[in-house]
Amino acid sequence: MSEISISHILFVSTALFFIGMYGLFTRRNMITMLMAIEIILNSVNINFVAFNKYLYPGKLDGVFFAIFVITIAAAEAAIAIAIIINLYRSHNSIDVEDADELKY
Amino acid sequence: MNASAIIFYIVSAFILGAAVLAVTTRRIFRSAIFLLFTLIGTAALFFWMGVEFIAAVQIIIYVGGIVVLIIFSIFLTQKSGDEMPKPLPKRGLFSALALVFGFAFTYHLIYAYGFGQNTHKSFDVSVSEIGTQMLSTTEHGFVLPFEVVSILLLASMIGCIVIAMKIKPTEERER
Repeated sequence: MSEISISHILFVSTALFFIGMYGLFTRRNMITMLMAIEIILNSVNINFVAFNKYLYPGKLDGVFFAIFVITIAAAEAAIAIAIIINLYRSHNSIDVEDADELKY
Repeated sequence: MNASAIIFYIVSAFILGAAVLAVTTRRIFRSAIFLLFTLIGTAALFFWMGVEFIAAVQIIIYVGGIVVLIIFSIFLTQKSGDEMPKPLPKRGLFSALALVFGFAFTYHLIYAYGFGQNTHKSFDVSVSEIGTQMLSTTEHGFVLPFEVVSILLLASMIGCIVIAMKIKPTEERER
């Protein structure tokens, strides 16, 4: 069908993963860190589907893993936002540097 | 280079550009919108790979659920027009170095492994096939992970409600 080899798709997903890592390292706002995590999970999904399609087209395991990753990402985002809102109520800030009571 | 390859490169450039803007722009609402574009681009990539079901699930759950949730929480927690502070120069520098070296190392590994040519077997991902396999109890069925994930989802939704629930002052005094 296409002449794109799998390493091109892996290039995209690897770049997306490290862009997400960069966001996770530089951002100090919890919501933007959550967005970076979503980008990372997306890159992993691309990998699962690409490996399934190009290396093992007879099976569907990668597709199922992608579905489960999406489900767990949704659960994780919901819980993270509940925690963020609770933290905002008690600290009036969602900067990770301000939530340091357990640090010392 | 045929049309399919050109579409792939356009979609990839779109995804990566939107992702870079999502992690570097300093207004949080714009960041959420660029995240939305990244997720839509990923869905387009899934369409390009021929897995329509995953693409549809991606649009429904990520674009329709998670991004809306993130935008709501932005409105609940801060002024969306304010600019976020710049990252510290030292932190930005070392993050960029980690990004570059990590990417170079990982892509070197992928390149050295050399996945070779694509298999040209047909890839059947019809929705009925996915549904049959997800609920089958035979050796290659996925009914156990399906049930585990559904329990996890239920537990996490109840957990969210409990965490985000506002405790009334009177109740707090009773404790």
